[in-house]
Amino acid sequence: MSAEEVKKVVLDIIADVAPDEEVSDINPAESLRDQLDLDSMDFLDIVMELRKRHSVEVPSEDYPKLATLNSCVEYLTPKM
Amino acid sequence: MKYDAIVIGAGMSGLAAGIRMAMFGKKVCVLEKHTIAGGLNSYYQRRIKETKEIAQFDVGLHALTNFATKGERRKPLTKMLKQLRIGYDEFELCPQSYSLIDFPGKQLRFNNDFELLKNEVYEKFPSEIDSFNKLVEKINNYNELDLNATYISSREVLNSILHNSLLVEMLLAPLLIYGSAWEKDMDFNQFVIMFKSIYMEGFSRPKGGVRTIIDKLIARFKEEGGELKFRCGVEEILLKDNKAIGVRTTKGEELFAPRVFSSAGLPETMELAKKEVNAAVGKMTFMEAIALTERKPTKSEFDATIVFHNSLEQYHYEGAKDFFDSRSAVVCCPDNYEMDNRDGHGCFRVTFMANYEKFKALDRSAYLEKKEEAFEQAMGIVKKLAPQYEFRTVLKDIFTPTTVERYTWKKHGTVYGSPDKIRNGKTDVDGLYIIGTDQGFLGIVGAILSGISLGNLYGLMESE
Repeated sequence: MSAEEVKKVVLDIIADVAPDEEVSDINPAESLRDQLDLDSMDFLDIVMELRKRHSVEVPSEDYPKLATLNSCVEYLTPKM
Repeated sequence: MKYDAIVIGAGMSGLAAGIRMAMFGKKVCVLEKHTIAGGLNSYYQRRIKETKEIAQFDVGLHALTNFATKGERRKPLTKMLKQLRIGYDEFELCPQSYSLIDFPGKQLRFNNDFELLKNEVYEKFPSEIDSFNKLVEKINNYNELDLNATYISSREVLNSILHNSLLVEMLLAPLLIYGSAWEKDMDFNQFVIMFKSIYMEGFSRPKGGVRTIIDKLIARFKEEGGELKFRCGVEEILLKDNKAIGVRTTKGEELFAPRVFSSAGLPETMELAKKEVNAAVGKMTFMEAIALTERKPTKSEFDATIVFHNSLEQYHYEGAKDFFDSRSAVVCCPDNYEMDNRDGHGCFRVTFMANYEKFKALDRSAYLEKKEEAFEQAMGIVKKLAPQYEFRTVLKDIFTPTTVERYTWKKHGTVYGSPDKIRNGKTDVDGLYIIGTDQGFLGIVGAILSGISLGNLYGLMESE
């Protein structure tokens, strides 16, 4: 998958996990948690959806790598 | 049959735990002993003789606490909906008009805007303005989700901040009767949770009552591929080397799973696992008189949603000494949630604290007589609160602690469970977890969040 495609995958998942959020407004360099109403339960959902839809495993020690949209893309692209 | 998880009880917590695990591919089976889901918050139907109409009644809590508006952030209600992927609009929540704490000579109103309660306290207890603000500040800064918190008496905290003992009693009354498994007092941690969910967030009711929530939860669980069995109780939780391996149902069937989540209650669950447990059966049990009236009251006749009535200056929250304690009552008028429709029958639900042992000991005719007596006293309170409202009852029903026991299988019909809660849900048996009332989260939203968080923790995260 290209970086652009991975970005879309992540945004699609966020849109499903947090349906009230406007994902097109996300600043890719800023923390997702600060911009959106996401808590640890929602992050668990993002990780679970990545596995369910794309068979990507994110071990819990790697959760900090999902902090921003840019870091998500950087971390996930080699895995997908 | 082999599953990833078995859930005992299709109440709010059981269905929520089931949905979360099924959402991510786990094979889950929820077992329900009754023919209807919901557990402690359920519904039933009765036919009105004279009109042949079918009336539906909610049982359990009078209100959905933790009201939040659509899109409101970081609220328990929105968190719960998000985790279950249920849209805010699907419950069609009708907010309360207002509720009333009714003590001798003093009344406090509150609704879903905290300003109303604040102003009422300022007006009725002017010398307490500063201390009440101090209490609110303490509550706002309190971390009630700290799972390691130790017991602090709410009465002690309140008495150290407020000076007027009547105000203390009045603030405590709704919070105690809407969730405390302990008599007389409650843990300050629980007090903060309740204060926020009732006074700061408020009450609402889904259109169609609690059934709307239950039907939605069942639909979500089935959509995710979950299996739900009705009329299927659990006879025994099967163990091997102190590890849960499955259950044997009341139909004699053996179902296997490495994880069993039980909403049956802590003492009840450990009995099913044939294990000793040091958990008391709660003392707080209730009875309720329900009257379906010919017409709804008009706004000027009675417009409160819930009245917490107490005839003494002190609030006696404790197991009733007699069959029931009519010195205080909660009166709920489910019609007084905001809605346009004023047609159709009216309904009043009047709840008294009651005594399980006394009702249990009665023979059939004495039992029916006692129920009648409670009904008459309950209607007396309704008449006192709504003196202008002339009503004729078209259908009445009364349930007691023994009724609750019969339909929920909670020991002694204790609706708030054991006073011994297990916040992390872990029992002495590996793979056996407590969810729902005895895990310690309160109300319908609390029960659902209990199922969600423990399903996440032990069904999804730790099972990898």
